[in-house]
Amino acid sequence: MGRARMAENKKSSQVLQGNEACAMGALAGGITFFAGYPITPSSEIAELMSQCLPLAGGRFIQMEDEIASMAAIIGASLAGAKVMTATSGPGFSLMQENLGFAMLAEVPCILINVQRAGPSTGLPTQPAQGDVQQTRWGTHGDHSIIALAPSTVLECFEMTIECANLAERYRTPVVLLLDEVIGHMRETVVLPEPSSYEIVSREEPASGLAEYCPFECDAERLAPMAAFGGEYRFHVTGLTHDRHGFPTMVPSEVDSKIRGIVDKIEDRADELSDLEEFATEDADVLLFAYGSTARVAKSSVRALRENGVKAGLIRAKTIWPFSTRRLKELAERLSLVVVPEMNLGQLVIEVERAVCGKVAVRPLGRVDGHLFEPDEISEFVMKEIGR
Amino acid sequence: MTNDESKRFEIRLSGAGGQGLMLAGKLLAEAASVYDGLNAVQTQSYGPEARGGKSKTDVVISSGEIDYPKATRVNVLLAMSQPALDEYEPSLREDGMLVVDSQLVDRVERDGAIGIPFTMLAIEECGRKLFANVVALGAIGELTKAVTWASLRSAVLARVPKGTEQVNEKALNVGRDAAKRVLEGRGDG
Repeated sequence: MGRARMAENKKSSQVLQGNEACAMGALAGGITFFAGYPITPSSEIAELMSQCLPLAGGRFIQMEDEIASMAAIIGASLAGAKVMTATSGPGFSLMQENLGFAMLAEVPCILINVQRAGPSTGLPTQPAQGDVQQTRWGTHGDHSIIALAPSTVLECFEMTIECANLAERYRTPVVLLLDEVIGHMRETVVLPEPSSYEIVSREEPASGLAEYCPFECDAERLAPMAAFGGEYRFHVTGLTHDRHGFPTMVPSEVDSKIRGIVDKIEDRADELSDLEEFATEDADVLLFAYGSTARVAKSSVRALRENGVKAGLIRAKTIWPFSTRRLKELAERLSLVVVPEMNLGQLVIEVERAVCGKVAVRPLGRVDGHLFEPDEISEFVMKEIGR
Repeated sequence: MTNDESKRFEIRLSGAGGQGLMLAGKLLAEAASVYDGLNAVQTQSYGPEARGGKSKTDVVISSGEIDYPKATRVNVLLAMSQPALDEYEPSLREDGMLVVDSQLVDRVERDGAIGIPFTMLAIEECGRKLFANVVALGAIGELTKAVTWASLRSAVLARVPKGTEQVNEKALNVGRDAAKRVLEGRGDG
C-alpha cells in the first residue's frame, strides 16, 4: 500500500475481526432475522447480531439448539424475512436435516459455519477445513449448495452480502465457510460505502393471481416466493412436492423437482465460480487453496518464485458449486498441482476430477489444529519436484 | 512479486487466560493500523477454558501486505506466565526481545531478557491487577517503538470503558516508566 493511500485510509480504516465483519455484512446485506445457538469459534457473530439487529429493526432469537435455530430461520424466511444463522461443526451437523428441508422447499437462508477441528466436539478453539464435503453432502438425498470461503476480513463482509443475494436470487440455502483463523483474525480494513454494493430483494408474486404456484420452478426460472401471512395461502413440506407445494409421487413431477433444485445451481457453476489467480500466467506448479490456507499459499508462491520455481496460486472464493473450467484449461500446461487443506483431502477430490489425470495432483493435509507454516507448503513442493 | 519480509514486525503476547492479552493485542493492532496507518493483523490462540490455560495473541505489523497472519519469527515476546514462556520462547528470533512479568516467571534462560513486575505494578499503582495488560502495553510501546506513543495512547483511551480513562492512562504511563528505568539501567536509555 502506497503512503498516499495509507494516509487516505487512515481515517476510515478500522481493525475488525472476521466474525464481526460477517455480522456487519449481514446487516448491510439486509438480514432482518437471526436465530442461533452461540458456539466457539463463531460466537462473536451471534453476539454482535444480538446487539445490532434489534437496533436496526430486526429480530434476534437465541434458540435452544441448532436444530431449532435452523427451523426458526426457515420459518422466518417463509414469512418474508431475510435470514441467517451462524455455527461451527457440531452445530452444523445438527442443522443438516433442516438444511435439506430448506433445499427441497427452496427457502432462502444463510448459514455461516466457522470451521473448527472435528469430528465431534474436537478442538473448539482451533482451526480446520474439515467441513468442506459435509457442506456439499451433509444432508441426504440429491441436492446442490452454494458455498463461499473468505480469506480476508473484508471478504467476510462482502461475501456475507453476496450470500444474502445468492440465497434470494436462487431461492436456496447458502453457506459461508470460514475457518477459525479467518473468524477470529483481526485485520486492517476499510469497509465499502453502502452505495457500492448490490442488494437483491426478494421478488414477490403479482397480486390477484387466479392461481399462485409457489413451486413452479426449474433450472431457468424460479417462482417468486410469497410471504406467509400475506395474500396467498400455500403448502410447504419436506415431502417431494408439485408446483402447488402438495406431496406428489408422479415420476415426472418428482424428477423435475429434484433436477430443478440441483440444476439451478450446477448449471451455473462457471458463472457462480469466483477464483482469484496469483502468478498463474507462466506457472508450472499450481497451488490450489481457500480460506486461511490460501494466505499461507500466497507466501509459499513468493518463496518458491525466489527459489526459481514457477509457482502460481488459484484461490477458490467459491467452493460450491465447483467449477472445473479454469483447472481444465491450466491442466494442459502444468506439471504439478498441490492442494493444501486443513483436512486430509476434501476439495482435492474435485481438483483431481477437474484435471482428469492430465497433471499430477498432490494433497497436503494438516489436521493437528494448526494453520500451515509458511515454509511447509513450499518445502512440500520442492520435494515433489525433486529439488 | 516479492513482498519484503523485512517490513514485518511480529509481537507475541502470551500468558494465561483472563490476563487481558487478547484485548492488549487488539489495542496494539489498532494503534498500528488505525492511528499509525500501517497494516496490522492480529490472531489468537487459547484453550477451551473460560479462565486459565495458555493464551496467546500475535500481532503482525507491516507497511506491506500481510499474507501469513500468524507470527513465525517473533521480534518481541511478552510472557506473563511460566508455561507461556516455556512454550513460546523457541519462536523468538535470536535477536528478538523477551519481556516477562518478573513476578510470575522465575525461570528465564535467555540472556538480556527484560523483567518487569507488571501485575504487581498494576496492583500497587492502579489498584487492581486487571490493569496488568495495559501496564505491559505501555512497556512494550516504550521498549519497541513498534507503534508511536500517541497512537498507543489514543487506541487505549478509545476502547476502555467510560470513566476508566484516567486509570488506564496511568497504567500505560506506569508501564512506560518501568521500561525507561530498565533501559536507563542498561545504559541504552
